[in-house]
Amino acid sequence: MPRPMTITEKILAAHAGLDEVAPGQLIECDLDLVLANDVTAPIAIREFGKVGVERVWDPAKIALVPDHYTPNKDIKSAEQAKIVREFARAQGITHYYEIGCMGVEHALLPEQGVVGAGDVIIGADSHTCTYGALGAFATGVGSTDAAVAMATGRAWFKVPESLKFVIDGELRPGVGAKDVILHIIGMIGVDGALYQAMEFTGSTITALGMAGRMTICNMAIEAGGKSGIIAVDDVTREYMRGRTERPWNEYHSDPDAEYAHVYEIDAADIVPTVAFPHLPSNTRPVSEARDVKIDQVVVGSCTNGRYEDMAEAAAVIKGHTVHPDVRMIVIPATQQVYRDMMHTGLTDIFLDAGAAVSTPTCGPCLGGHMGILAAGERAVATTNRNFVGRMGDPTSEVYLTGPAVAAASAVLGHIGLPEDIG
Amino acid sequence: MQFSGTAHVYGRDVDTDVIIPARYLNTSDPDALALHCMEDLDPGFVKKVEPGDILVADENFGCGSSREHAPIAIKAAGVSVVIAKSFARIFYRNAINTGLPIMEAPEAVDGISDGDRVTVDADAGVITNETTGAVFSAQPFPPFIKDIIEGGGLVESTRKKAAR
Repeated sequence: MPRPMTITEKILAAHAGLDEVAPGQLIECDLDLVLANDVTAPIAIREFGKVGVERVWDPAKIALVPDHYTPNKDIKSAEQAKIVREFARAQGITHYYEIGCMGVEHALLPEQGVVGAGDVIIGADSHTCTYGALGAFATGVGSTDAAVAMATGRAWFKVPESLKFVIDGELRPGVGAKDVILHIIGMIGVDGALYQAMEFTGSTITALGMAGRMTICNMAIEAGGKSGIIAVDDVTREYMRGRTERPWNEYHSDPDAEYAHVYEIDAADIVPTVAFPHLPSNTRPVSEARDVKIDQVVVGSCTNGRYEDMAEAAAVIKGHTVHPDVRMIVIPATQQVYRDMMHTGLTDIFLDAGAAVSTPTCGPCLGGHMGILAAGERAVATTNRNFVGRMGDPTSEVYLTGPAVAAASAVLGHIGLPEDIG
Repeated sequence: MQFSGTAHVYGRDVDTDVIIPARYLNTSDPDALALHCMEDLDPGFVKKVEPGDILVADENFGCGSSREHAPIAIKAAGVSVVIAKSFARIFYRNAINTGLPIMEAPEAVDGISDGDRVTVDADAGVITNETTGAVFSAQPFPPFIKDIIEGGGLVESTRKKAAR
């Protein structure tokens, strides 16, 4: 009888060929997917060339998504994207996404069924932890880890301790998944889950759709977490059915599994939340931030660029106009989201309000392109980081919120709630 | 491995966006990245850092993005070793994999001021503040990670295994 294990420990044990694992143990796992983007893949490809193998381990289990500086913002980024494109062609990489089918990687790969429950996934992008929302173990690594994994299909891990977040009850009206995860990061800090797996459970989580669950797992890294994870239920199965290209495996934590700490959170205590510069943990209630005037609003990214996020923002801005002092940029995370927005009228709602609607890209989230801030400017963004200089000039500021507050702030010209719109 | 240099001391949560801002990520050339190392935290860093100098920081050094450009920029700027109270986990892996020596040593961080002369004996895990004379110990790497470092980094150790 193996020791009682968490969902994370069970997935890792299964991929290491072991009956059981314990926190702190160093293991080597078989991988189900390795991914990289146009920033991290060029270095990974360079390092891959030094490993001494001709071909990647499995061209169907590598995803290359040029999403950060694409459509290419300048000559240098065009050269980086070209390296990725040529490698993908030479190696016959199945999951390479050219402009026209490309999306923000962590929205795209779940949508396309490339990731599934029970997988072990590494990605040369810190927000790889998003896929934990499907009941997978997924974690960000650097380019060199990705390079070696592309060659061998394996990676080493230290089995993380797990933190359990039990969130129960009904969320208040106007409170969404982004508020839940900002609340948690505000509570435990940007290294509150350092080296640890964050397991999210409770009736509040169960009531969320997949988009909200992905928003929560996406930002595990902002608390320093190695991964975020939510166990499979009917919502997950419904999402994966007809989508996931491989059979999936469901794991659940044993009732007596060990946790480094268990946090119990009452959903009623969570309010619409904004993270002030320059850390995602620097959170305050939106109701206390109304004096912050803004220059730009960004709705999009791997955190909040899915259809549900667009619908949430559109519902607030419908019939209103973006404040004359504000530029609003809406970036659907995938081509499918973009198309669905057109078919359901969301695109018209944003255009009528005076917002720009763009093709998918990570763009402004990391200060890449498509909405860079000048000195002293302030943006409200549904993205994931508000570090110094994150969206442009080092003296600019980023305030992180959910889509509804972002849309309301665009209309108001300052940070505010949907009900503040007259 | 022995290192000796002037300490450059920073606070907690030094993120990869200030270590190497994303506006420079349209290249992966180490020398080009080094020109902008720490730019958004300390614009004067690149001018004052000398080959062999030592970066000292509080908790959670390297948090944020997975960009390997961060340890690459630090190494190419001439820094010999980073001493911190703790490292963000992706940065920790990246530093090991790319051959940037790092040490977790909370007491040493508290005992080193900006501009102090510091020597490090990484094999023995001993850090000496030559300016004050104080001596500190660092946590040793687990043997598995030491093997990767001594094997010349992850790619080199994998290449050796593949060639066997």
